[in-house]
Amino acid sequence: MAVTEVSPGGTKAIGYARRRQTLISGWLLLFLSVFVAVVFAVPVTGDASFRLAYPGDAFVIPNLVVPAAPYAYVVSALLAFFGIRQFLPGAARWSGLLLGIGLFLVVTAFLTWATADKSFSLTGMLQATIVRAVPIALGGLAGVLCERVAVVNIAIEGMLLAGAFTGAVVGSTLGGAGGLVAAVLVGGLFGLLLAALVVTYRVDQIIAGVAINLLVLGLTSYVSSQVLTHYRELNNAPVFRSINIPFLSDLPLIGPVLFQQNIFVYGALIMVAVATYYLFHTRSGLRARAVGEHPEAADTLGIDVYRLRYLNVTLGGMVAGFGGAWFTLGSVGRFDDNMTNGRGFIGLAAMIFGRWHPVGALMAALVFGFADSLQQKLAILRTPIPAEFLAMAPYIATIVLVAGLIGRARPPAADGKPYIKD
Amino acid sequence: MDIELRGITKRFGDLVANSGVNLSIKAGEVLGLLGENGAGKSTMMNILSGLYRPDEGEILIDGKPVSFRGPGDAIRAGIGMVHQHFMLVPVFTVAENVVLGVEPTRMLDYLDLRKAREQVREINEEYGLEVDPDELIENLPVGIQQRVEIIKVLFRSASVLIFDEPTAVLTPQEVTEFFKIVRSLRDAGKAIVFITHKLHEIHGIADRISVLRAGKIVGEGLPGKTSDQDLAEMMVGRPVTFEVEKKTFEPGEVLLDIRNLTVLRDDDSVAVDNVTFSVRSGEIVGIAGVQGNGQTALVEALTGLRRVTTGSVTFQGKDITGASVRDRHRMGFAHVPEDRQRAGMITDFTIAENMALNTYYDEPYSHGIVMDWKAVADNSAKYATAFDVRATSIFEAAGHLSGGNQQKMIVARELSRDTKLMIAAQPTRGLDVGSIEYIHKRIVAARDEGDGVLIVSSELDEILALSDRILVMFKGRVVAEFGAGARPANKNDIGLAMAGALA
Amino acid sequence: MSEENGRAALSAELMKRAAPGRTDFEDLVIVPVLAVITAIVLGGLVMLATGVSVGAIGTAFVALFTGSVGSISAISETLTAAAPLTLAGLGIALGFRAGLFNIGAEGQVLIGGMAAVIVGFSFESLPIYIHLPMALLAGAAAGAFWASIAGWLRAATGAHEVITTIMLNLISFRLVDYLLRSPFVQKPGRADPISKNVTESAQLPQLLSWLDPNMRVHAGIVIVVLAVILVYWLLFRTTIGFEFRASGLNPDAARFAGMKSGVIIVVVMGVAGALAGLAGANQVLGVLGRASPGFSGGLGFDAIAVALLGRSHPFGVLLAGLLFGALQAGGRQMQVSAGVSLDLIAIIQALIIIFIAAPILMRAVFSFAFQKQARR
Repeated sequence: MAVTEVSPGGTKAIGYARRRQTLISGWLLLFLSVFVAVVFAVPVTGDASFRLAYPGDAFVIPNLVVPAAPYAYVVSALLAFFGIRQFLPGAARWSGLLLGIGLFLVVTAFLTWATADKSFSLTGMLQATIVRAVPIALGGLAGVLCERVAVVNIAIEGMLLAGAFTGAVVGSTLGGAGGLVAAVLVGGLFGLLLAALVVTYRVDQIIAGVAINLLVLGLTSYVSSQVLTHYRELNNAPVFRSINIPFLSDLPLIGPVLFQQNIFVYGALIMVAVATYYLFHTRSGLRARAVGEHPEAADTLGIDVYRLRYLNVTLGGMVAGFGGAWFTLGSVGRFDDNMTNGRGFIGLAAMIFGRWHPVGALMAALVFGFADSLQQKLAILRTPIPAEFLAMAPYIATIVLVAGLIGRARPPAADGKPYIKD
Repeated sequence: MDIELRGITKRFGDLVANSGVNLSIKAGEVLGLLGENGAGKSTMMNILSGLYRPDEGEILIDGKPVSFRGPGDAIRAGIGMVHQHFMLVPVFTVAENVVLGVEPTRMLDYLDLRKAREQVREINEEYGLEVDPDELIENLPVGIQQRVEIIKVLFRSASVLIFDEPTAVLTPQEVTEFFKIVRSLRDAGKAIVFITHKLHEIHGIADRISVLRAGKIVGEGLPGKTSDQDLAEMMVGRPVTFEVEKKTFEPGEVLLDIRNLTVLRDDDSVAVDNVTFSVRSGEIVGIAGVQGNGQTALVEALTGLRRVTTGSVTFQGKDITGASVRDRHRMGFAHVPEDRQRAGMITDFTIAENMALNTYYDEPYSHGIVMDWKAVADNSAKYATAFDVRATSIFEAAGHLSGGNQQKMIVARELSRDTKLMIAAQPTRGLDVGSIEYIHKRIVAARDEGDGVLIVSSELDEILALSDRILVMFKGRVVAEFGAGARPANKNDIGLAMAGALA
Repeated sequence: MSEENGRAALSAELMKRAAPGRTDFEDLVIVPVLAVITAIVLGGLVMLATGVSVGAIGTAFVALFTGSVGSISAISETLTAAAPLTLAGLGIALGFRAGLFNIGAEGQVLIGGMAAVIVGFSFESLPIYIHLPMALLAGAAAGAFWASIAGWLRAATGAHEVITTIMLNLISFRLVDYLLRSPFVQKPGRADPISKNVTESAQLPQLLSWLDPNMRVHAGIVIVVLAVILVYWLLFRTTIGFEFRASGLNPDAARFAGMKSGVIIVVVMGVAGALAGLAGANQVLGVLGRASPGFSGGLGFDAIAVALLGRSHPFGVLLAGLLFGALQAGGRQMQVSAGVSLDLIAIIQALIIIFIAAPILMRAVFSFAFQKQARR
């Protein structure tokens, strides 16, 4: 029997699902084409000017000036072309890519529309995007580490909050570095708690996650109002300054965006790289993924399923603890009740968007970070779109994705299922 | 390497799965371990492969007692197990699956996949197994997946190989191929344990036979010397007749007529490909074929669970292609599903609730939307008695019943109405011989009373014993017909048809 | 003849019901009771760890007790707090029974509450017997709609309800923020996001104001009692409940038995959302009189604990709702008399969920209270 033979019966895959997604993408692109033309092109005049450099930069580059209406027409035409392409044969291969490019173009058209006759710092916005992506990316990475061993982690939100709180309190007494270490440890502790509950005590993973979120919210709010209000010096931590990478930070545009950031940005990038190496290029990573896909198989090969789940979930907690510290040590230096404000859940969404891959989660986090910072900047540009609706965008996008309307991600096969020996 | 089990006992709660088992396994020999479902074969082998720890008794390797704290210990001791349900990660490649747990690495825990591929190729060449190390498991047919399992075991330099019901998913021709591999392993000096409940197989491969019943070794035999009848009696504990008594074949009108039926799977691949056949009243039609050739989708389409893509289904002259599951129930369909625990019953419901699972919406079990629990209980007790469901109370959770009694409960539910057509998929899978006989008797009784019956089974013996007419499915098509009006049923030809090799 | 007699006897034998076993009693009574006690004790330890003096802890526990059941006004507070928790908890319990994990009660409470408020302030001169039911109905309908989105997504596309309800929660927070600032809803003359006041004809009448105008217990508790009975009847006495439970325990078997799983999922989510929406309406029409950001105050999450503690049984949910209401009411008294932050109650509630959901843990820690189990 030849090894290339197809499995019995699986002869003619027609691919209805794939085709339906392609068609949906097509209609969506056509709709956006019309939308861009009508809303962003017709009613505007003037140029949008984007500032790319800060005054006093080593290399000064001129502003990017875009005529708003013509640009929108060009985008509309491109979208129409992409949309029609979806209905032609052989579209499925390019569907995802074209949709991605299309959505990106819509965002640029939106920006030029909003900036028409005004000027707007693109550098500042991209810088903010990176900063705001950090806790989301780290939350997503924590989720990836847990779900790759089949433990669903709804508690990312709580772990972030615990990290933020610990960072503030310990940071206030022992300094920033001490606060950061403590935040990582406390995050790991809640990871360990989650692992113990779901692995050893077989608590439903969702219930355990919800309970940890409520527990952390209760604990931090309680201590905050019971103790921190009386001892304000315990809630006044130093904030990590940005570190300029020599030479690279002087580059125009990407210098300030990528190389004038604080330890959390660099830390997040390093962790994503390390996690990718760990999961996909090491022995331990192979075993961890086996535990997430087929725990029985791993068990029969002498791999300790429980130990790996404990290990990875604790690691995930530590990553989330680090991400939590960003809220206090990386930005404002003080803790406020429920200050993570749903960022952990966006991290969960980033993990799904990123298809359970660290780099994917990072990319998704950047998109969400962009939406987040856009929401802030829109207030400056005084657009008629309510900020609340833009804030909803990541959530709506997540629902669209999990519903499989435009492509579907496949989670680890055993995700969410407890493994019970005997 | 020789292995000896001495006085092995294993209990699960009150259930004694193995009691005082003694067994010896020798290098260069194939030991056939025969026993019916539930006799404790798998438990014993899970003890040997380190998954379970025995409550009593000891394992000796080359005369020295050993104790396994986990599967890792057993593997290191040279014991390899090929499970009935393959233990392969579908999204990993062959090479990744083979090295999992004993991975070659370089600095920084780096996984050396290149080396892994090399090692897989070496084993390939040594034993003549042709498997591409870079293919994903989910893209491979089961026959090849089984070879990957064998490579896995050999990669761990096992000297003892245990096969748990290895032929269940193979065609007769693949079985021959598989036996060749097993023999070459034996000739290379490996000790082999071959677990099965199929009598006829064991003669072809075993050098020595041990029979397990109710957790105990009850006898030994030699292939070719000990007769099937004797082995069966040892296995079941009483004389067994292989024949099923039924009335002479007098088919009536056509009940179910299927024309050019095409059905897709969830992933849009074609499961049933332009199939045409019919079932008459008073007739048992058996569908043979290796699992995964479209039988499941066919049954789902006929019972209203899966959408029909093209073609038509008529029942008593009425087009029911798009009829719902419930419509069909009302027309007199009875359906015994393939996977009893997953689809046939609700383990946490009581027996009474389970018996009402598809009649609850009608009088007398409910009035409007209000349930009549008294009527449900009365009916349930009546039919539980009539169908020999052994339980202490109908308010007991159905999950507490043994497999055989669960299946009897399902059959009771399905036949406790006025039925015209019975569709049963794998009706006796995993059951003990007593239950198998009972279920067979009931199926034949339904036919004798004038019902049409459609049986789907991957057990060729079951199909041969029950059917008046046999259709063979291969890659979604009906490729051959045997019995009444067609060529006479013959095991070899059916086997060839199952492999798609019969012209 | 004799065979038939034998059969009849066997049938009669099968109809006998086994008495509830020791294990049932342990699961239904001992585990929850121990969970609550342990959580409260740990709450005391938390107070100790945060520098609350032993005397103050004593005062706190006394206040917890007197503030919840110590007087008629305390009981009134307990009932007021218990009402929305029980309603939303019933919805979540219904979801659990049907195998759906509805984390979205919080959002459904908000959306239901908003709808009730909008109907509540939009009509000036309707009689109460028309206006109040209309407002309640609006709340239930809006909650049902919001939850059905997740139900429909699950039924039509398989999108997991845990993810979609989390996202719908977050969307509802933003949506409420937006609505509260829109000129149609925002109270005239206010810059902060706050809604107009509900007219009196849409308010749930207070029941004990003749005794003391400060007693807040309102007609919402009648709705709660009706809802408990209705959900019990629906779940255990009707074919619809049979379908809910069947598809909750084994969706495949339910489908094979001819039940329409998609319809069931949407209906269950709809009913659960309606109950949560009623909880929201209950808050704005009975207690708050208007809507402000986050007026749900996390009750949609506490309701998850209520459903778990109540073992997803309507009567259990009622008891659990009363307990949580008592904790809320007592917690406020505790804050006043002992100066202990109300957030302590949140800690206790979270601990209760953990202990309830981990019977293995409870059995291991309190092995004396349980019968020895046969080791597998």
